[in-house]
This record gives sequence, C-alpha cells and structure tokens, in this order.
Amino acid sequence: MSVEHRVTLPMGERPLLLEMDQVGKTFTGDVVALRGMSLKVNEGDFISLLGPSGCGKSTALRLISDLMLPTQGKIRWSGDHASGDLGVVFQEPTLMPWATVAQNVWLPFRLQGKSYNSVKDQVLEALKLVGLEKFLDSYPRELSGGMKMRVSIARALVTNPRLILMDEPFAALDEITRFKLNNDLLELKAQIGCTVIFVTHSVFESVFLSDRIVVMAARPGRVIQELTVEQPYPRDDEFRTSAEYAAHCRATSDALHKAMGDAA
Amino acid sequence: MSLTETAATEPMIVDAEEARRARKKKIEGIARWVLPVVVMALTIFGWDRFVVWNEIPHYIMPGPGLVAKTLVQDWPILFDSLLVTLQITLLALLVAVLGGVGLAVLFTQSRWIEMSFYPYAVILQVTPVVSIAPLIFIYVDSRIAGLLICAWIVAFFPVLANTTLGLNSADHNLRDLFRIYGATRWQRLRYLQLPSALPYFLGGLRIAGGLSLIGAVVAEYVAGTGGIGSGLAFRILEAGYRLNIPRMFAALFLIAATGVVIFACLSFLSHMLLRKWHESALKRET
Ligand SMILES: Nc1ncnc2c1ncn2[C@@H]1O[C@H](COP(=O)(O)OP(=O)(O)OP(=O)(O)O)[C@@H](O)[C@H]1O
Ligand SMILES: [Mg+2]
Repeated sequence: MSVEHRVTLPMGERPLLLEMDQVGKTFTGDVVALRGMSLKVNEGDFISLLGPSGCGKSTALRLISDLMLPTQGKIRWSGDHASGDLGVVFQEPTLMPWATVAQNVWLPFRLQGKSYNSVKDQVLEALKLVGLEKFLDSYPRELSGGMKMRVSIARALVTNPRLILMDEPFAALDEITRFKLNNDLLELKAQIGCTVIFVTHSVFESVFLSDRIVVMAARPGRVIQELTVEQPYPRDDEFRTSAEYAAHCRATSDALHKAMGDAA
Repeated sequence: MSLTETAATEPMIVDAEEARRARKKKIEGIARWVLPVVVMALTIFGWDRFVVWNEIPHYIMPGPGLVAKTLVQDWPILFDSLLVTLQITLLALLVAVLGGVGLAVLFTQSRWIEMSFYPYAVILQVTPVVSIAPLIFIYVDSRIAGLLICAWIVAFFPVLANTTLGLNSADHNLRDLFRIYGATRWQRLRYLQLPSALPYFLGGLRIAGGLSLIGAVVAEYVAGTGGIGSGLAFRILEAGYRLNIPRMFAALFLIAATGVVIFACLSFLSHMLLRKWHESALKRET
C-alpha cells in the first residue's frame, strides 16, 4: 500500500464523507464557542473555514477530530472510521525535536504498532510528495520554518487519511513562503485528491485554495454563509491575477464584513 | 514540490572586521581553559608562600607540597576510603534515579497517587538529613545500608521534582496528536513524555550527583565509628583527632575532586544525550 491517489469528482457528484448536524459547543461559564453548525463534507472537497478570531474555527476542528465532544448536535462519518483516517496539521509544525524527520513522519504508524521497515515506503513517498526526501535524517532544528511545516504535512498525509484538518498552518510563515506552500498544497491535492478542511484568517488564501468557503462569525461562533469557488484545479499563479479571482475575493470579503458587522 | 537549498559554503573570512572577530573567538576558546589553570596555580603558589613566610606549623596549616606528599604516602588508606565513599555515592545516586524517575512516572499516571505521596516526598526533602541520620543508624543494622539511605534521601528529590515537571511539560499539540492517533497510555509515556522529560531529568541528575556525595559524607560524620568500610569523611574525623592536619587536607582534596569528577561526568552525559536536538546543548554558529 502506498499513498493513494484518489480521483476527485466534480462538485455535486462527490460522495458524503462527514456530516456535522447542528453541532454546538458551550464551555463552562456559558462561553458559546460554536452554535448550530451544519456542514456536509464530501470526498475531494477543499473547504476553508474563514472568520475573525474567536469564531470557533479551531473548536470545529477539535470537535471533528474527537478531541472534545459537542454539547449539541452530532458529527457523523459515512462508513467505518478508524484512527489514521484523519491527518492534522497545526499552526506550529508540532514536530518531536528529539526525532529525525523520518521518525516524525513515521509516528502515526508507530502508534499503530507498525515497525519503521514495514512502512518505510510510505514514509519516503509522503516526504517525496512534500519535496523533503533528502532530509530523512535531519533533525527539525536543522530545517527552516517552511520545511518544518512540510514535514508536518507529510506526517498528516502518510496514513493516507480520508480527511486532513489544517488549523492556520501557514499563518506563522512569511508571505513568500506562504504563497509557495499554497501552490504546493494545491499541486499535492491535484496529485492525491485528498479531502481538506483548512482554517484561515486570510480571504485571499481561502479563495486561492478552496472550492468551498465557509464564512463564520464570532460571539457566538456560527456559520454565516457558504460560498463556492468553481475554478478547476490545479490553480496556479495566473489564477491569482485573474478577474475571477478578484471577484471571488470581493464576494468573500463582503461576506466576511457582514460576519464582522453582525458580531459588532 | 521542489525545494531550493542554500548551499552550505565554508565560512570564508571576507574582511578585517570578520577576521578580528574570528581571532577574538579563538582567543576566548583558549582563555576558557588557560585562565582557570593560571588562577589555580597562583592560588597554590600563594598558599605555599603564605605558609612558608609566616612559618605556620604544619599541624595548623600544611603547605601544598606537604599535602601532596601526604596524599602519596597515605594513598593506600585514602584510596580505600575513597572507594567506600564513591561506592555509597554512586549507589545512592543510582537508587535516587530509579526511585525518583519511578515515582515521577507513577505520579503522572495517577493524580491520586501523586496527591497521596507528594507531601511525603517534600517532607523528606525539607528535613535536614543530619537530624534524621542518627535515627536511621539506630534502626538499620548495616552501616553501609544506613549511609545509603541517608545519601538517597538527600539526592532523590531533585530527580523526582525535575522529572515530574518534565513529564508534564510535553507539547500540548503533540499530546492532541497522540490522542488523535489513538496512542495508548504506555505509548504516550514512551514516545512523548519520557523524551520531553529527558532534559529536565538530566538537570536534576546533575544536582543529585553533588547531593548524593554530600549525603554520603554527612551521613558518615553522623555514623562516626570507623573500622572496615570507612569513607573519606571518617578519615577526616580521625585525622582531626590525631591532629594529622595534612591528611585532613588530603582527604578533603579527594572529596572535592570526586565532586568535580561526578559533575563533569554527568555534564558530559547530558551533553551527549541532548546535543542533537535540545536548545541547551546546541552550538549556534554566529
Ligand atoms: N477550552 C476552552 N475553554 C473555554 N473556552 C474556550 C476553550 N477553547 C476555546 N474557547 C473559547 O471559544 C471561542 C472560540 O474559540 P476558537 O479557538 O475555536 O476560535 P478560533 O476561531 O479558532 O479563533 P482563532 O482564529 O483566534 O484561532 C473563544 O471565545 C474561546 O475563548
Ligand atoms: Mg484557532
């Protein structure tokens, strides 16, 4: 088995992967982090959660990854759901500093009790997909911020998950690196056809990357509007300067302002 | 995805400024070794002159030459004592490490255990060993065992406290990641918490190394009686009764040297274990 290359069907024909049904989360002290969030995630979707700070984006991801339980509503996976079906990328690379790049990428398998040799090919392929196959034996401290993020992405990919969650993965990087990683991420998506939920603060990033944008508002955290970007993948730098791109950014930005205005 | 790498070029000296900086760094590197040696030599020389010029009798304060001579002359006795002290120190350190790490792991596995036993650990730590030692020697028949217990009491707390802190300081996102991948308690301990705790543990270990020597010496002062199995502390006491001050100095020198060697060994161990990844052991190129 190696990293699977799935075919992404056109929107509307994609099978359902995960459904959030009126999901809410209230923390002790009546902090409503999220209220009535309904979202259908289909196989092959690239969904962005876009919204101001505190609108419950991270909370939504934590609920999906089962790190906490919703106080209202349900989250349903279609079909069986096992560990390894989910890949996660945090804002920080979150690598184990005492382990080499290869050992870090091996981690998800290691926790399934698989020896390095038995999954060496997958580890190598995941690292190849992010362009780091030459850095197997490096330690994280020897890598730049962007390279560490790539390792983190490779680790999320390596189990060939049904869904990849990314929580502002590129927010801490400089703009040049971020653009590069955005391009590379789309190339990766075109290659392996993964399903992604991507949290971001940036209108431009969300438009460039996703085919669905979920705009959220804060206090209480909730979904305001959903937009689609019907631009086929792969998208490249030309898309960044196109009229469609500008129009999508304008529409998304308006929706976001409405979200902020609602909250204020 | 492709990646542009900056070629790792040899550091080249381009201008006078940089050359000066390189020279300064080199001089600093040499000074780090030479200065302490020079200071040491001057101190010994000053000590020698002080004793000779003031005609201080050797039963008050021997000169460095006499101490060195005594060290050689009394070597058979002193060496045996050194072995005893060293044996107790190292055994105590070993037990402190096993006990400290073991307890720390137990504490992080169960809050109930931690709540029940942590106060006792603190009480053991804050009670001066000199005041418990006499009791221990009443209840424990074996002299060696008594010494060992005293040294252990002094040494184990830093290991326990530091390791507990380290086990609890694993990165939160990594913890989440382990949960997402369904890691067992054992896997989390083995692959996440123990490596995270290593730098903290090694810091505690360096303190514990010095403390176990102190514990061994202090306990021996309290234990008093000599005979077989007498360590350096007993030699100092004995030499004091006989006004054999040079031997006192020689034994004192051995204790200090032992402490330094233990510290150096533990620092080296720490460096070797952490040099690949931990901030404290990294040499940054400037
Ligand atoms: N464990 C928690 N306990 C209490 N309140 C929490 C907790 N986690 C999040 N919150 C609150 O829930 C709300 C939503 O938080 P969340 O982290 O999901 O926002 P976010 O959209 O990810 O924001 P950001 O863009 O700043 O990351 C915030 O008001 C936050 O204070
Ligand atoms: Mg967040």
